[in-house]
Amino acid sequence: MITLEQIVRELKSYDGDEIKIMEVCGTHTSSIFKNGIRTLISPKIRLISGPGCPVCVTPSAYVDKLVDIAGQEGYCVLTFGDMMKVKGSQMSLTEAVAKGADVKVLYSPLDAVKLALENKNIQYVFAAVGFETTTPIYGVLLEDVIKNEIHNLKLLTSLKTIVPAVSYVCEHEEKIGAFLSPGHVSVVIGCDIYRDLAEKYKKPFVVAGFEGKHILAAIYEILRQIKQNRHDMKNMYVGAVTEKGNLEAQLMIQKYFEVKDDFWRGIGTIEKSAYGLKAEYARYDAGSCFGEFKESLPKGCKCKEVILGRINPMECPLFSKGCTPLNALGPCMVSAEGVCGIWYKNVTGHL
Amino acid sequence: MNIDLSHGSGGKQTSNLIHDIFLKNFDNEILNKLEDAAVLDISGRIAYTTDSFVVTPMFFPGGDIGKLAVCGTVNDLSMMGARPKYLTAGFIIEAAADMEQLNQIAQTMKITALEADVKIVAGDTKVVEGSGNIYINTSGVGDILKEGVSIQNCSIGDAILLSGNLGEHHAAIMSDRMGIKNTISSDCAPLFSIVSDLLEKGIDVHCMRDVTRGGLATVLNEVSESSNCRVEISETSIPVSREVRGFCDILGLDPLYMANEGKMIAVVPGEQAEKALAAMKQNKYGKNAEIIGKITEGSGVFMTTALRGSRIIDILYGEGLPRIC
Repeated sequence: MITLEQIVRELKSYDGDEIKIMEVCGTHTSSIFKNGIRTLISPKIRLISGPGCPVCVTPSAYVDKLVDIAGQEGYCVLTFGDMMKVKGSQMSLTEAVAKGADVKVLYSPLDAVKLALENKNIQYVFAAVGFETTTPIYGVLLEDVIKNEIHNLKLLTSLKTIVPAVSYVCEHEEKIGAFLSPGHVSVVIGCDIYRDLAEKYKKPFVVAGFEGKHILAAIYEILRQIKQNRHDMKNMYVGAVTEKGNLEAQLMIQKYFEVKDDFWRGIGTIEKSAYGLKAEYARYDAGSCFGEFKESLPKGCKCKEVILGRINPMECPLFSKGCTPLNALGPCMVSAEGVCGIWYKNVTGHL
Repeated sequence: MNIDLSHGSGGKQTSNLIHDIFLKNFDNEILNKLEDAAVLDISGRIAYTTDSFVVTPMFFPGGDIGKLAVCGTVNDLSMMGARPKYLTAGFIIEAAADMEQLNQIAQTMKITALEADVKIVAGDTKVVEGSGNIYINTSGVGDILKEGVSIQNCSIGDAILLSGNLGEHHAAIMSDRMGIKNTISSDCAPLFSIVSDLLEKGIDVHCMRDVTRGGLATVLNEVSESSNCRVEISETSIPVSREVRGFCDILGLDPLYMANEGKMIAVVPGEQAEKALAAMKQNKYGKNAEIIGKITEGSGVFMTTALRGSRIIDILYGEGLPRIC
């Protein structure tokens, strides 16, 4: 049995070739900062933040559509707080509200049903954004909508699926040596799927929990695999993540949604990377779009390079110079889970 | 019975409202005169402040908007080393507000004012159109007991004390809004008694701040910036109850950024830290007090994590949770 002290000693004293490890999930990025993980490991082990923030990869055309709907007479957009500040090509929902648009921030999608039942004269559109973690909840919401014969609540979806994005990174970024697989998403999809990725791309995939010690243990496992020239899937979040995942949640996704090609802000179109409502539930869709968008990131914005792990946020020329959480130019700066936002909050003390 | 616009007319109904609710509860010889302004005996230097309260829900576990309105102003005065003496209270009431609820709010204001030993000596009421919400502004004055208590006054070698568990007000309000059942209640409390305990024990307090919106992280950054120093704290010494910790883990919140309504920091000379801690711990609102860190040379706020890593603590960006106090 190895102790935490021994792990930290090994990670701190590592002096081999530089290793780049991508943590896919924003909650991991946040925990890495909260626990000061970077100060506990060798500078030769570089932690790179990946495309694991749903708000950050949502195309601006999607925000434009929400803004447009919210401004229409008799319509109200329902959303989680994170989406409020994301800029579309013209404005964010927060700015739309200042111009008189009707937008409500909810904590749970299920509150939407109550609103729709109480205000039958208002057409509600739910901004359904997220990964596999939240998609089943939208399934539950739809079930409620159908059961209660609600006709004034629809979804505008931008629901992404994480594995195609990870594959995309593997195919385009050879320098990433290993992956810290997401925790929450894996609870739903299971860890089996990373076994195929580990085999195909010859890189270690380690599923980790969110406490500091979990992350240190996962990095240690990756280091051990690399030293031994192995590339295995290892599940180190066994309390929560199983081989096959949460089958009930998966069924909920399969019942209402089908896989589609979709556009990722900052990256481009990735095949089979989104969930859209099935044709038979199209009447609950508020006009979601898939596929190619014309996307113009602000001039100088390096979101793509950041999301793909080519540079860290501080290497972007706009980072903290014009692009800050209070005036976010790029999508990664907006969300509490966005890579740039997390970096800004945690490292700008040094600037 | 509900309040309607006629209660704000300035006529008979307004007079009834003032007598039946405000005079009945706030009863004191200065207010009872119903003059255009309160006439007060004050000598020497005073602290003087104001704050407005708009919290939703108006009633929450551990208190209500009335308790907040008294504690908020009392605490702001106390943090300047002042003994709170007199408050004013302005009510903006939306039509459809419930008279009984207004009475309950006035009652908690009375009880809290008694505890804090302050008198509510002037007031105002307006009724506006709306859906029954009540907003309160309080202002207050207090006698300065110790000069020079200031956010600019922290020096190298000072110790930082925190009076108790973080995050309870924020978590209580959020639980109510999200319909989550738990036993977390707001920490809302008047803090003057802690301040007077510290001063009576002869502690040379350099700076005090109540830890409200923006949380401990924001307050410590203000200390660092205003006193041109570095703040170093240790994660393991920061008190958070098990239940609030669990609540934060589930929702991805950080207690360092959560609002409190009955917590303060005191920055004291390093050699008086233990004595100050003992004084705090003896007070009923300071039972869980801890020495959480120290003032050093440099800039910024740094925390040694439980794993002994180092983390920068920045101020809160964005709005946090709206209408929390």
